[in-house]
Amino acid sequence: MALGLMVYPEPPFTVLQIDGDLEMSSVPGFRQAIVDSIDDGDTNLVVDLSGTDFIDSTGLGALIGGLKRARSAGGSLDVVCAQPRLRELFKLTDLDKVFSLHKSLAEHVAHMAEVSQ
Amino acid sequence: MTTDVSINTTKDGDIDEVKLEIPARPEFLSLVRTVVAAAANIESDFRDDRVEDLRIAVSEATTNAIEAHQLIGLDNRISVRARVSDESIEVVVRDQGKGFDRSELEQMPEPDSPDRLNFENGLGITLMETLADESDISSTDEGTTVRLVIYTRQFL
Repeated sequence: MALGLMVYPEPPFTVLQIDGDLEMSSVPGFRQAIVDSIDDGDTNLVVDLSGTDFIDSTGLGALIGGLKRARSAGGSLDVVCAQPRLRELFKLTDLDKVFSLHKSLAEHVAHMAEVSQ
Repeated sequence: MTTDVSINTTKDGDIDEVKLEIPARPEFLSLVRTVVAAAANIESDFRDDRVEDLRIAVSEATTNAIEAHQLIGLDNRISVRARVSDESIEVVVRDQGKGFDRSELEQMPEPDSPDRLNFENGLGITLMETLADESDISSTDEGTTVRLVIYTRQFL
């Protein structure tokens, strides 16, 4: 399945907005987008799952790989996810303790402003 | 390469079994999820969130099956069978890969451990077992069979 993916700057972050299912067929494109962003020097990433209805362990694994890569480059990878079903999946796998999860980009921006003070 | 779909019905014309045989390729995952969810919706007493749980669990089982075939370059198709009744839906995913020994799977580090980021894989079995009401995984060196069951609300 082709992954709808839009990458845009939201300084000081780069947002990767995903549209579609994040699973085995779409993960290679997602991984490549993370690699490309970091290679371009954009190491503070936000993955926006607002347009995603489905994610499984392969998609979650790709997020873990992305977080590792971003941190290795001195950056971060946060996740925007509003859907209760998807948030539940992060909780079931304890990944809510690994990722900084936000319900919207605005909430993410507000959180980052707060922690940087 | 084709995908085979067969549908069995009862004497009354109700659908009670859907069988799919898919090539071991990731682009067929979405088809499997769609067919299984449609089969569950034949019996309308499944809660929507339970059908969603089943979609994820079946996706995990089918992903593992596809990987098992790809690992050894096997062209054979993967079988997915969904049986629907008044009380449950049972999905069986069967591959012909080399199987795996669960005792040899690495232990997942704690979420706050820096080592956690070194483990991209390993959540699939946990999710299958957590999301399905019943799950069985049997694996030999001739293949792996995963059975997943979700019950309708009155049988829970």
